[in-house]
Amino acid sequence: MSATREPPSALKEPVLDMAAREALAELLLGVADDEFVIGFWDSEWTGIAPMLEEDVATSSIAQDEIGHARALYELLADLTDDDADRIAFGREPDAYRHAALLNHARGDWAFSVARRWLYESADAVRLTALASSSWEPLAQLATKMRREETYHRLHADAWLRRLADAAPDVRGRLSGALTRLWPDAQDVFAPLATEEELVRGGYLPEPMRALHASWQHAALPVLELITGSLPAAEPSIDGRTRRTEDFAWLHGQFTMVARSEEGASW
Amino acid sequence: MVNAAAVDRREQRVWAALAEIADPEIPAISLVDLGVIGEVTVDADRIHVELLPTFVGCPAIEVMRARIGERLGELAIADRVEVEVSFATPWTSERISDVGRERLRQCGFAPPVMTDELGVLPIAECPYCGSRNTTLDNPFGPTLCRAIYHCADCRQPFEQFKRV
Repeated sequence: MSATREPPSALKEPVLDMAAREALAELLLGVADDEFVIGFWDSEWTGIAPMLEEDVATSSIAQDEIGHARALYELLADLTDDDADRIAFGREPDAYRHAALLNHARGDWAFSVARRWLYESADAVRLTALASSSWEPLAQLATKMRREETYHRLHADAWLRRLADAAPDVRGRLSGALTRLWPDAQDVFAPLATEEELVRGGYLPEPMRALHASWQHAALPVLELITGSLPAAEPSIDGRTRRTEDFAWLHGQFTMVARSEEGASW
Repeated sequence: MVNAAAVDRREQRVWAALAEIADPEIPAISLVDLGVIGEVTVDADRIHVELLPTFVGCPAIEVMRARIGERLGELAIADRVEVEVSFATPWTSERISDVGRERLRQCGFAPPVMTDELGVLPIAECPYCGSRNTTLDNPFGPTLCRAIYHCADCRQPFEQFKRV
């Protein structure tokens, strides 16, 4: 245990054994990296969104997501006796564990709207499950995050509707982006190596395949109104380990300051 | 050993000091009226304050933490001051006190509109003229906790403290 930090609420919980810690660490890292990476992709729109309101909205959403990532990295750091900044900025690109959905560059506005909708709808299913995690610190944080994500979902829903009802060119771009991202979107629910332990301990109240089924059940009818029939798709084993050139570029951007002065605190 | 009455008096001093600390983003309202102070424990050798962020990613949290540490340190009634950021009790709009809601209004912020559901209703009461003939311009504003509205009656843009 780190002696320099004040006691985080995690340490007041019953002691977790090694297997439970490892499992929770894997779960937390995936969720935190998802929020962190989508937050940085969103921030790419600051100043160049199609309208002023969206400059403000995407920047605000990005700040929310990176704030969520920070809180999750701090829980993880307490659990593994590590440092949240090191976890966030001190890894090589292939050590990140975000879902393949978040590997792609931001693309055009329709592409960003498509990804945000896919991510928000999946994240909502996952957060609902995490809010009843048997590990209190995670359940508490997920409960708080859910209230904020309500605004993100409204934003994503409003833009999906708006582009779907727009001129054929716009609708075509949206439909194309949704179809292209559909396979990688499944990987928000990619199986975890420690999943059996997570479910047994109630840390993750339902297995990923059950959450995946709930998400598809809710998302497909909305999506297929826009895209027409989508191919059957399942999460893949390497859904959180595949990395791309796009992500390597983003990683270079978001670690730039940390790399410029190693070990500095801010 | 410290007797119960003395602890009580020390706790009162802590709360009084906290009530003097202004919110870094909206200085008209104190941290206590904003509802971000959770449980306060005063022991023989330490003061423990639970800080409940309005939004998880609120960048003002570190400033609040520092100000609380500094102000309570000045009281010199305990060796240590601990400020713990906590989500055990989620901050919700209901935690803003009546005084806090009035202060928000006075400095041009519409307080959050209360409904049974968390539904984000595009309703706000203009803090300038009291009209409800207002429209939501953007549910995202200059800080995480603020939305932007426009009043159709007095033609004034204004911000609302978001409901969460």
